[in-house]
Amino acid sequence: MIVFNDVQKWYGPLQVLCDINETIERGEVVVVCGPSGSGKSTLIRTINRLEPIQSGRILIEGRDIHEKNVDVNQLRSNIGFVFQSFNLFPHLSALRNVMLAMLRVRKLERREAEERAMALLARVGLEDKAQSYPPQLSGGQQQRVAIARALAMQPPIILFDEPTSALDPEMVGEVLQVMKALAKDGMTMVCVTHEMGFARDVAGRVLFMDRGRILERTTPEAFFHKPQHPRAQKFVADIRHA
Amino acid sequence: MEIHLLELLQGYYLQLFIAGTAMTLRLFFASLFSGFALAVLLTALRATGIPVLRWVIAAFVEYHRNVPALVQIFVWYFGVSQLFPAAIRNWMNAQNGEFLFAYIALGLNVAAYMSEDLRSGLRSIARTQMEAARALGLNFTQAMRDVMLPQALRVASPPLVSQSLGLFKATSLAMAIGVAELTYSARLVDSDTFRTFEAFAIVSVIYLVGSWSIAGLGYLLESRLRRAGSQ
Amino acid sequence: MLELLQTYTPWLLVGQYPSGPIGGLALTLFLAVTGLVCAFPLSVLVGIARSSESRWARAPAFVIVHIVRGLPVLMLIFWCYYVIPLLFGRSVPGIATLIAALIFYEMAFLGEVVRAGIQAIPKGQIEAARSLGLSRTRCMLDIVLPQALFNMIPSILSQFINLIKNTSLGYIISVEELTYFGHQINSTVLTRPMEVFLMVAAFYFVVCFSLARLVGWTERHVRRRRGNLIAQGGEQ
Repeated sequence: MIVFNDVQKWYGPLQVLCDINETIERGEVVVVCGPSGSGKSTLIRTINRLEPIQSGRILIEGRDIHEKNVDVNQLRSNIGFVFQSFNLFPHLSALRNVMLAMLRVRKLERREAEERAMALLARVGLEDKAQSYPPQLSGGQQQRVAIARALAMQPPIILFDEPTSALDPEMVGEVLQVMKALAKDGMTMVCVTHEMGFARDVAGRVLFMDRGRILERTTPEAFFHKPQHPRAQKFVADIRHA
Repeated sequence: MEIHLLELLQGYYLQLFIAGTAMTLRLFFASLFSGFALAVLLTALRATGIPVLRWVIAAFVEYHRNVPALVQIFVWYFGVSQLFPAAIRNWMNAQNGEFLFAYIALGLNVAAYMSEDLRSGLRSIARTQMEAARALGLNFTQAMRDVMLPQALRVASPPLVSQSLGLFKATSLAMAIGVAELTYSARLVDSDTFRTFEAFAIVSVIYLVGSWSIAGLGYLLESRLRRAGSQ
Repeated sequence: MLELLQTYTPWLLVGQYPSGPIGGLALTLFLAVTGLVCAFPLSVLVGIARSSESRWARAPAFVIVHIVRGLPVLMLIFWCYYVIPLLFGRSVPGIATLIAALIFYEMAFLGEVVRAGIQAIPKGQIEAARSLGLSRTRCMLDIVLPQALFNMIPSILSQFINLIKNTSLGYIISVEELTYFGHQINSTVLTRPMEVFLMVAAFYFVVCFSLARLVGWTERHVRRRRGNLIAQGGEQ
């Protein structure tokens, strides 16, 4: 479904993605992990073109996303993205946050958009907060609204960029619960996360990255018990001690 | 529409522009230095916390911030001058009294604004700095002079430069009471030659050079201080 | 002083009205409001241009703003006094000239306020909006501008206060606003200039000081409504 073909990316003289070759199948849940600066966030941000690439190709359902006639807005509306810092729109209620793209991009009728948005909020357990504004919500609640917002366009893929890293520990669980439910429903997900419990429970595959390269790709079981690459071993050991 | 720039850039008219610029600069620097010195004094006095001082200085600041500069100049030139006996008034008129009153009005005006900027600068320096200074045995004046004010100045420099820019442009108001500064000379040359566009253009360029220099200096100052402050 | 106030307050408030055109403080406020209202849409355009990604939008806006901000308001007034009759092919009343100059002045200053407001919106929100598939225009209209303009309300009010003070320059081109009438009254009374001009100063003071208080109130209100943007989303 998503194919990386020899992807390279530089920030000035620094190469942040090296020789990325990877395929992510429909319905897979892939976790990307690695130490800071490994390029994992950069990697998923290239999928919806939040970050450009200098060389190589990225294909989604067979189409090169950087082709001239690709409408980047259409592309993005078919990929859900959940940010580490939620990035909800503070001047809109939770309901309107979820509805906005439906109204503007899919051009739905207001009544229909509202119904769908309420259903999505219910799916993440927040239908009673529909009229609340982001500053009134806790971090965990905001992130769940953000997930509902990402689902609004019914995308076939959702990308998560460290969705729980900015949350207080007691709120991490509620967000992971929503993400696990999504995985069970068969959503294709690529998650950059440190939550190893989540990886073990739900992920089909773990990609370990360090310094811009994918160094290991294996099942969560294999990764956490018997990492092959020396740097992966160090990473897993460090995590255990944390 | 032909443009006769060169006509105006020589001889008598050039002299007029130069004189106007010189007068503008005199007024600007005089008001700037006096105003700044006064602002520092006012800020320090206000920081003593003595209620009377705080009240008086607050009133002073609010007056100058809420009344147009032009009206302030009029209050001095028409109003205060009238308070002096006729003899002194005549002497002042002969001695370029307009400049004096414009200088006083603008100086006080800029002092009021600058003291506010210094005051916020001061407030942003943690009280603990003052406590540390006093704990070392410095008295209030020394603590102010050696510890608080230097830091406040650093923080306040961008708004202070902004005020200087405002002052530079405000010198043009002095023409309303007959000070022969740059805007005045623009009007003068215009009424003499009817080359309005050229006269205004020359004066505008001079003002822009001045304004942009001040702004540029401010920008340099800001980056220098930012670098120094992060050590 | 009090009889002066009693006799001349009507003049200072409304000029020669009803036996002549509106003047005095009423005209001052009219000039300021008109200037602000007309300049506002222009300043939003300037602010958007200044924060745009396109060099073709940024450059002209940059030049206009820096020229207008580098000149004294009085020079702007004289320029308008000279150019506007040329543009319209006939003589133009001083009021129109003054309003035009105030519009130029405000467009540049308020434009910078708009720019700051736009650039203060956290980049994360723009990324989120673009990730949803919203176009750049939609992003500006639905996400950036509504927030920026609301956050700007205190600054807009402050600019309004500046405008009121700048209307005093109308005196120099014989526009019959508050300062002009101060002079008229002074020429009539002749022997008490200090009191006359302090009276004029008092009128400005009351208006501007009250508005300044209002600015403080709106600042607190905006801050309360928007919450602390940093606190609501972890690191940006």
